[in-house]
Amino acid sequence: MTDLKQNTASLKSQARLKKRYRKERLFKAIGLSGLLSGLLALTIMMISILSTGLSGFSETRIKFDIYMDPEIIGSTDGYDETEYRDHIAQINHSTLIRNSLKIKFSDVKGRRDVFNLQKLVSSGSREEVRRLLIEDKNLIGKTIAMDLLASSNVDMYVKGQISRDVNQSERKISDRQLAWLDILESEGRILKGFNWKFFSTGDSREPELAGILGAAMGSFLTLLVTLLIAFPIGVASALYLEEFAPHNKWTDLIEININNLAAVPSIIFGLLGLAIFLNVFNMPRSAPLVGGLTLALMTLPTIIISSRAAIRAVPPSIRDAAIGMGASNLQAQFHHVLPLSMPGIMTGTIIGMAQALGETAPLLMIGMVAFIVDVPQGVLDAATALPVQIFLWADSPERGFMEKTSAAIIVLLVFLIMMNGLAIWVRHKFEKRW
Amino acid sequence: MLTKNISVFLGATVLTVAIISPAIARDQIRIVGSSTVYPFATAVAEEFGRKTKFKTPVVESTGSGGGLKLFCEGVGEKYPDITNASRSIKSSEIKRCAKNGITEIVEVKVGFDGIVIANSKKSERIELSLRDIWTALATEISVNGVMVTNPHKFWNQVNPTLPHKKIEILGPPPTSGTRDAFMELAMEGGCKTYPEIKAIKKKNKKAYKAICHTIREDGAYIEAGENDNLIVGKLQANPDAFGIFGYSFLDQNSDVIQGNLVNGKEPTFDNISNGSYPVSRSLYFYIKKAHVDKTSGIREYLKEFTSENAMGEYGYLAEKGLIPMPTAELEKMREDAKNLVTLSN
Repeated sequence: MTDLKQNTASLKSQARLKKRYRKERLFKAIGLSGLLSGLLALTIMMISILSTGLSGFSETRIKFDIYMDPEIIGSTDGYDETEYRDHIAQINHSTLIRNSLKIKFSDVKGRRDVFNLQKLVSSGSREEVRRLLIEDKNLIGKTIAMDLLASSNVDMYVKGQISRDVNQSERKISDRQLAWLDILESEGRILKGFNWKFFSTGDSREPELAGILGAAMGSFLTLLVTLLIAFPIGVASALYLEEFAPHNKWTDLIEININNLAAVPSIIFGLLGLAIFLNVFNMPRSAPLVGGLTLALMTLPTIIISSRAAIRAVPPSIRDAAIGMGASNLQAQFHHVLPLSMPGIMTGTIIGMAQALGETAPLLMIGMVAFIVDVPQGVLDAATALPVQIFLWADSPERGFMEKTSAAIIVLLVFLIMMNGLAIWVRHKFEKRW
Repeated sequence: MLTKNISVFLGATVLTVAIISPAIARDQIRIVGSSTVYPFATAVAEEFGRKTKFKTPVVESTGSGGGLKLFCEGVGEKYPDITNASRSIKSSEIKRCAKNGITEIVEVKVGFDGIVIANSKKSERIELSLRDIWTALATEISVNGVMVTNPHKFWNQVNPTLPHKKIEILGPPPTSGTRDAFMELAMEGGCKTYPEIKAIKKKNKKAYKAICHTIREDGAYIEAGENDNLIVGKLQANPDAFGIFGYSFLDQNSDVIQGNLVNGKEPTFDNISNGSYPVSRSLYFYIKKAHVDKTSGIREYLKEFTSENAMGEYGYLAEKGLIPMPTAELEKMREDAKNLVTLSN
């Protein structure tokens, strides 16, 4: 009787055990598939960005013989250096280029054809001719072989993004232009190279001339302001709240508020920035100073929370030992607790800054979403930021901006990975275990 | 030790910020306004910055309404000098401006822009009338004089000559000037072809507007954000869908998408320029006259914008998709702009 009872009980428990194991396997499988789908999404994203973006780092140039026609340049006799420079800046560089192109393709007649021929090279090539002439005045009267920057349409064609199989009315390059390009190609005059300009210039409306230095500089200045404001205030508040503040209703309230602030959508901080910094303090629009202050408001809660956690992790024995040796409370904090908690604080700060680097929404409200060509030199100059530049390029109709958008995303990702890598390195290098 | 290093670092950076901050002075033009005019204004700004000794103007894309709001806030360094608009200034906005001391506003017409209804080249091109557009997209339509919730799911229910395809249109959100113009030109244009609705206009203008200026929210019209490139991409992926955006995007992507005929007219450069394509509008920008000699370079910017090199038939703006004005109109406008002729109240 008892045997039978025990037997059925063990049978039942075995069945239950089986069921429990099954559940565990199911849970593992779900977890693994979740992880795999996440990885898959990441891979697809990286492949799509890299496949469109990598070509953004290369540019197309066409070798032309440019005749520095003295008749067009005019007399420069007796000019000193600055006069010469001003004179060269004023001359008609387009005509110089156009005439040289006409020498190469001597059968080109008619306004429309000449116009199309000139469209093979970028409008930025005028600047290249100008710079060359300013550097060396002895070039006047000579014929120079120059690698002129190709226009975006030619660039797109060379990179295989414009198909020649469709009707000419449906592509941005005409049949005539294709014929010219074929001749140039067969003569080996079409060259591909690394697009250094992309890293040395500001924004442009011409995809082949656009660069990210302006946006990167804007991001740097903005983050500098953010760091200078948010780091000292954040660490000081954390230290005060953790070590000095009395524990009462008020500090509880402040603590709850800080935790809630960390979850406030970033656009709200943009509105706050608009209301306070622009409307009350009359600060200039689009300035990295205002952007930095606004982002500092946003990152403060992150820094405070992570700093408090880092300070809390320092064992009380260290404080007690310091105070036991006769240090004041302040000395104990600044000589022992703060340095020991610094790796954790730095990690939190770097992650907060990486977050701020990726923000566009708050910047929209304070006018940093704008077309700005000049590279900002200070925190009061108009500037944009890297994610804003990506947003603006993604919205441009020109086909050439598609690869620039992805290229800028790659640059932003590299920065983010570098910052996160730094955070990990700091943690491993300086972390102490007790 | 570490704390000492940190304080040195902080001190150094504070000092750097203090040194690199120059005094606030406005030697740079500030432009706000429409996202439709933005590609053109930025092209002019860049050329202006390259050609002249002035700084390249800062151009913000805030939308027509948002731009005029900022523009009308006041006279002085912190307010924009110029605002772009994809519609003309409203009388309420002129009043708002006047209240804040801006009495002299110079209006400059930039050219025309067509709003196209495009689809993928993989699909066939269709011919729509304004009436078809409204009947397909309105929240409520008139069936034998009675207003009912729009029952149409397929294009051939709207008009038997159209294909049997699901009605699926990607278009701009309500904040967009393109949407405003589409409402006014296409939706209202189609709406008033119904005599019973047109009759309401005389009796009750508000009710008329409420009927004509609505877009259904049951999924047939999909708000695709302000990013028109996104719409172009989605059209390629879904050949049955249609997209609504400015002519410049059609012009730049003519190898993959096509514009559909509206009232028998194709959205081409010529048809928009001569006004025969029905869904086209004028683009403008507005200048604060009080700022003209305060912010340096405004006159020169105006000159560059209205030059033949920019706005003319073969100018660089035409290449960006702007449809230039007829020569006579352009010349008059250029003259008015030069003399800073202000809007009469």
